[in-house]
Amino acid sequence: MDEATFVAWRVKPGDRVKHGDVVAAVETAKGIIDIEIFDTGIVDTLLIEPGARIPVGTVLAQIKSDAPGSAPGPVPPATATAADAAAPAASSPASSPPAPPPAARKHAAELGVALESVHGTGPHGVITIADVERSGMAPPAAPPAATPVPSPAAAPPAPPPATAAPAATAPATDMRATIAAAMTRAKREIPHYYLATTVDLRQTMDWLAMHNRDRPVTERLLAGLLFVRAVARALTEFPDFSGHYADGRFQPGAGIHVGVAVSLRGGGLVAPALHQADQGALSALMPAFQDLVTRARSGHLRASEMTDATITVTSLGERGVDAVFPVIYPPQVAILGFGRVDLRPVVTADGGIAAHPTVTMTLAADHRVSDGHRGGLFVAAIERHLKAPEHL
Amino acid sequence: MTPDEIRAAVLDTLAGIAPEAATAPLDARRSLREQLDIDSVDFLNFLTSLHQRLGVDVPEADYAQLQTLDDSVAYLARKLAAPPH
Repeated sequence: MDEATFVAWRVKPGDRVKHGDVVAAVETAKGIIDIEIFDTGIVDTLLIEPGARIPVGTVLAQIKSDAPGSAPGPVPPATATAADAAAPAASSPASSPPAPPPAARKHAAELGVALESVHGTGPHGVITIADVERSGMAPPAAPPAATPVPSPAAAPPAPPPATAAPAATAPATDMRATIAAAMTRAKREIPHYYLATTVDLRQTMDWLAMHNRDRPVTERLLAGLLFVRAVARALTEFPDFSGHYADGRFQPGAGIHVGVAVSLRGGGLVAPALHQADQGALSALMPAFQDLVTRARSGHLRASEMTDATITVTSLGERGVDAVFPVIYPPQVAILGFGRVDLRPVVTADGGIAAHPTVTMTLAADHRVSDGHRGGLFVAAIERHLKAPEHL
Repeated sequence: MTPDEIRAAVLDTLAGIAPEAATAPLDARRSLREQLDIDSVDFLNFLTSLHQRLGVDVPEADYAQLQTLDDSVAYLARKLAAPPH
């Protein structure tokens, strides 16, 4: 993806912004994405009008740094790499890290590398020529096939009411093309192996029903969240399934961010990241989960949510299938599929047969990174966590 | 509230979750989940909105009574008619 349509500003000149604030929305083949800023300061000038087609790397606004001691007046412009979710957000090169040296800029231009997407490893995070080259060798940012996008994201079929989106054509074909590219890459490059197990969920579902029984609707938990949480907890013991495969090797994720596959009305899907899904109380994770799924459907995902997932969980079971054999989202290295929770015959400890709620859980993992034996242990750990919901 | 008002409120709430509820004809006796492709998160949002609008908090044990539009309206009418406890 190399350009996007600018949808709307979420700030105006004079507004104070801080790291992580949503400042604008753009429409891409992955749907409408909220652009976050990575700096702190005061919005000075907005340079783009809604409706504009903007290439990756377009400067969207100028931010005045209000750091003590900084020079007054506009700092070098904040660059918002609008279209590329891999390099989101407005960032002001004037604050940390320092602006890349001219040689690195020139080299980036030659290689067609967006500097905003380059991780600087020089002093104070400055971008070096080597960084540019590394980035240039990584899957190029332009074609969707090669962007390190965690999901075949999609545009919502109807423009969300809140956005003053001009007549940007509903990119249904873009969405399909994005999914096609990501999944083709997955099937071409990733040697998948698959493991499946059926989990007796009687204790889990009893616990869930008990938990939800006397709580108002806003405090109830969903089985789908327990799946995500059990995977996240198991990943603390099996970090080799949480991360990205890049530059010919596995790179562990800096946190457990579980991509939640969300099917969109009218077709397509996105798998935005539920950040730090292993941490905090379930009661705090549930609103975040519900909010993430709701925003995925309404087209208000944040760019970081599109790229941060270190593994994905897909629960297609609600659509009625017994088991899912999922395809890994590059550059992730594993994905869990959960089928339908339903009453099925189970052999009990005393040798009898009883009807218990069960679910078939499937792991697809990257054989370049792990083996079936290790995958089996990971699956067993998820099962163990799932069966002890009171500790989730 | 009259049953018609409840029905309008339910339909409007549904439209906030599944926009096609506002435009496509719904079979009032068929499963809402099936017709509108509603999953568990959608359903939770539906119940949350209903609670805000009508003040009815549907316990999880009663979910099965809100399968269709007709059932939902009847259930909510009963709840609204019942004296608060």
